[in-house]
Amino acid sequence: MPNLTLIQAVNAALRQEMERDETVVCLGEDIGRNGGVFRATEGLQEKFGAERVIDTPLTESGIIGTSVGMAANGLRPVAEIQFEGFLSSGFDQIVSHVARYRTRTRGSYPMPMVIRSPWGGGIHAPEHHSDAPEAWFVHQPGLKVVIPSTPYDAKGLLISAIRDNDPVIFFEPKKIYRSFRQTVPDEEYTVPIGKASVLTEGTDVTLLTWGALTRPCLKVVEALREETSLELIDVRSLSPLDDETIIGSVQKTGRAVVVHEAPRTCGVGAEIAARIMEKAFLSLKAPVLRVTGYDTIMPLHKLENHYIPSQDRIIACIRESLAF
Amino acid sequence: MATARETVVNRPAAKKPAAEPAPSVKSTMPTKTVFSGSIQYVQILNENGDADRAALPDLKDAEIVKLYEAMTLVRLFDQHAFLLQREGRMSTYAPSSGQEAIQVASALALKPTDWMVQAYRENGALAIRGIPLENVLLYWGGDEAGNFCELDKRTLPIAVPIATQLLHAVGVAHAMRIKGEKDAVIAFSGDGSTSEGDFNVALNWAGAFKLPVVFVVQNNQYAISLPRSQQTAAQSIAQKAFAFGIEGVQVDGNDLFASYKIASEALKKARRGEGATLIEAVTYRLSDHTTTDDASRYRTQEEVESWKKKDPILRLRKWLTAQKLWDDAKEAALAERNKAEIKAIIHRFESAPQPDIADMFRYTYEEMPPHLQEQLDAAKKAAGQ
Repeated sequence: MPNLTLIQAVNAALRQEMERDETVVCLGEDIGRNGGVFRATEGLQEKFGAERVIDTPLTESGIIGTSVGMAANGLRPVAEIQFEGFLSSGFDQIVSHVARYRTRTRGSYPMPMVIRSPWGGGIHAPEHHSDAPEAWFVHQPGLKVVIPSTPYDAKGLLISAIRDNDPVIFFEPKKIYRSFRQTVPDEEYTVPIGKASVLTEGTDVTLLTWGALTRPCLKVVEALREETSLELIDVRSLSPLDDETIIGSVQKTGRAVVVHEAPRTCGVGAEIAARIMEKAFLSLKAPVLRVTGYDTIMPLHKLENHYIPSQDRIIACIRESLAF
Repeated sequence: MATARETVVNRPAAKKPAAEPAPSVKSTMPTKTVFSGSIQYVQILNENGDADRAALPDLKDAEIVKLYEAMTLVRLFDQHAFLLQREGRMSTYAPSSGQEAIQVASALALKPTDWMVQAYRENGALAIRGIPLENVLLYWGGDEAGNFCELDKRTLPIAVPIATQLLHAVGVAHAMRIKGEKDAVIAFSGDGSTSEGDFNVALNWAGAFKLPVVFVVQNNQYAISLPRSQQTAAQSIAQKAFAFGIEGVQVDGNDLFASYKIASEALKKARRGEGATLIEAVTYRLSDHTTTDDASRYRTQEEVESWKKKDPILRLRKWLTAQKLWDDAKEAALAERNKAEIKAIIHRFESAPQPDIADMFRYTYEEMPPHLQEQLDAAKKAAGQ
């Protein structure tokens, strides 16, 4: 079995699904001849041709809006938006149509499409290239939102997303695109959408996170090993959320800390905290705490490390929870 | 594109186009013209009901009579839908009175394997396409079941955000290209849509990929209250086609014959793989924007009356009468038939069952996730079910 980086796992998933199902097509800016600015679609146009791996004109609204029509006419488009910050150019098509078409047409015209986009900060990129806007899409009914944090999950979740008959926003944490390798099966497999992943089992505090922050959180689990037993959960599927795993864990530990790089107010941490309060209130020994990006615009990279939750901030928050 | 004689239509005083484009830099450097173009206006049947016989489209007399009958039914339907709203039996409705010719003509030119993409005012097109008109009432009456989306109709549902549906049309056409289908897509929008980003994105994409889309912009002179002259400084909407490397033509949208001929030719061209066309259909919105609008706030009754003289139904009746294909007795009989049909349509609309609370939930996703099931249970409980 090969050891793949996350970006290679994405490429493998696209390649295998396009082989298996001729209705799967890829479209986006610079994804064909150039193989994508992160090389996610490297080699695909060579293999499948320019009709199925489409270099589009420069328009996010166009990429997403035409994907709606392609889906209506029997294709399964996988649209790439070059950076998460440019999703806003196609936002109208996403929330006005992609999310609504199944409802609007009573199921006659579902939207079996994937919108995949490099997501999140930490690579010293310009403005609009480091954001975490998942909450906008989690808040929109009719969409699914997934964020893998490992190569294994990336391939399995992307295959699930492509096969899903509902629209999936697939965020790829660009900070960890190439930062580590993992054994990824050669053959096709799926990771189910709607299920979180318990990375480490523990008894004292439930630590909930997703995306690139799973890496520092794993280090925090190790750093605090003598002090406390942490249950680290990669939420992975932000919409729909895996209530069963999340609530089950908090009922066991009695304490919860949510860590996300997105801005604090109305981030998905707020939704998770609300659900924990509703369903596990009597299990709680401390309020649900959050370590998040600030309610400011994501800074340019000189201040990036002060914005994105650091190991120190996460550790301080866990101790705050334990001391309550 | 076949042309008939040019006719000056109701337009503000146009600037004379320059014979030779002036160089942008006054110098002695040699220049060459890299682009020039012109837009043709097409009319066959004028407002007096006179038509150039030689230019008539390929339609049998019986077909033309049927189209006349369809237009009158749609007009009557419009009037009754308005009344239903005023009586509180239906909510906000977007009337299409005045625009029957271009809509009926465009839909008629479609094959069953072509696709139709609408905005929200295309009742005439829906009727010809075979969509039951009670579905229109159901939709505006507050029930998604009115979105008539049997797959074999190849007709996309009502799209409210202006111009966004044009990208869907382009996507349908792009899928045709990928699948090797030799069909075409017609995409309706209005003069207001041409200011939206998606209009430009859609035409550009259709041009860049040479897709089989026919864009029919119904220039009914108003985007709610904004007159066409304030929407864009372009002399015509049709000329915007040049910006995207596609063909553009302006047609009298109240002329059934010219509308049908132009639409047919554009669709045939598209099916042959020769690319997209922008048709600007010059027409007029005889009613208000919707039943919540009051057009008298921003336009004069004189203007409305002047356009009533150009009514698409009126001129066709004149032509049919002159051809001895129509008379008062036939008109009276038609009025009775239409009245009965409208009554049946309204009855079917009002007999539709109240939607189930579960309908709010069951179409959000293919499979209902646990959190939605919980919410559905709570909603039912709150409703005492």
